[in-house]
Amino acid sequence: MSNLDDQALVERLQAGDQFAYAELVEQHAGQVYRLALRMMGNEADAEDVLQETFLSAFKAIDRFEGRSSLSTWLYRIANNAALMRLRRNEPDQVSIDEPVERDDGDVMPRQFFDFCCLPEDDLMRDEARAEMQRAVDELTPTLRSVFIMRDIEGLSTQETAEALDLSVSAVKSRLMRARLKLREQLSAYFAQGPVIPEARASS
Amino acid sequence: MSSTDNVEPHEHKHDHKSGGCYPLEYISDYVDGELADELCRELEAHMEHCENCRVVVNTMTKTIMLYHQLPAPEMPDAVKERLYKVLNLADLHPKENGAE
Ligand SMILES: [Zn+2]
Repeated sequence: MSNLDDQALVERLQAGDQFAYAELVEQHAGQVYRLALRMMGNEADAEDVLQETFLSAFKAIDRFEGRSSLSTWLYRIANNAALMRLRRNEPDQVSIDEPVERDDGDVMPRQFFDFCCLPEDDLMRDEARAEMQRAVDELTPTLRSVFIMRDIEGLSTQETAEALDLSVSAVKSRLMRARLKLREQLSAYFAQGPVIPEARASS
Repeated sequence: MSSTDNVEPHEHKHDHKSGGCYPLEYISDYVDGELADELCRELEAHMEHCENCRVVVNTMTKTIMLYHQLPAPEMPDAVKERLYKVLNLADLHPKENGAE
């Protein structure tokens, strides 16, 4: 969606056109829901974040200045809503008052098992995917949102920086940390060798 | 098992700065194709004799690829319907053909 299309839609939104509101939802609810689900890790919270995002967006649309795309703007609102909710759920884990990065920890690689050449069947099995999701859930929220936007949703570094109010270099450094942590965890998982569930024998 | 756990990747001699491997930022940038040409060539030369860096680059690339290939979760119709309701747009909810 180009910024030009955005502009026309924004004008209608700011004029209070109900059809424009529905159009915004049609175009962007999917992306917001995906981010919310991956941030929250469960459908109920994801739905709350989805609703909060659009409620906030409708309220704030008058102040939308078009410095980023609507899509990026909605990502930002959704991410803030997700962080708020995570903080409410687990007050100790998420602090957005102190932007100090407590989440860094050690990211030095320790696993050097080269799982690249495993058969695709092993890499793509449901169990491996569950492990991948678990690994994302274990990232701190600040690393998680960067990774989801950049590497899962495919936003550019610049767009991610805009959506998260971060500098480009902060995005890169968080992305690096997220990637290293996930790489580490997947390496450890795949190094155990394919775990063949007994149940498979039944088919 | 071919995994060599707990081996620091930074133990061999190398001409870069402190004599270890390259900073991990470089690896992440390299994977994105955003590392400056010269550093790129240096890192590639380094990887020829540093298996750990090679594995980190390969597995990081693969990790990203695997995540990218995850099927995108679909928003359930009921979730969308409730969203329209919450937003007072229920009248404008596009009814899927045949559904309810
Ligand atoms: Zn090295």
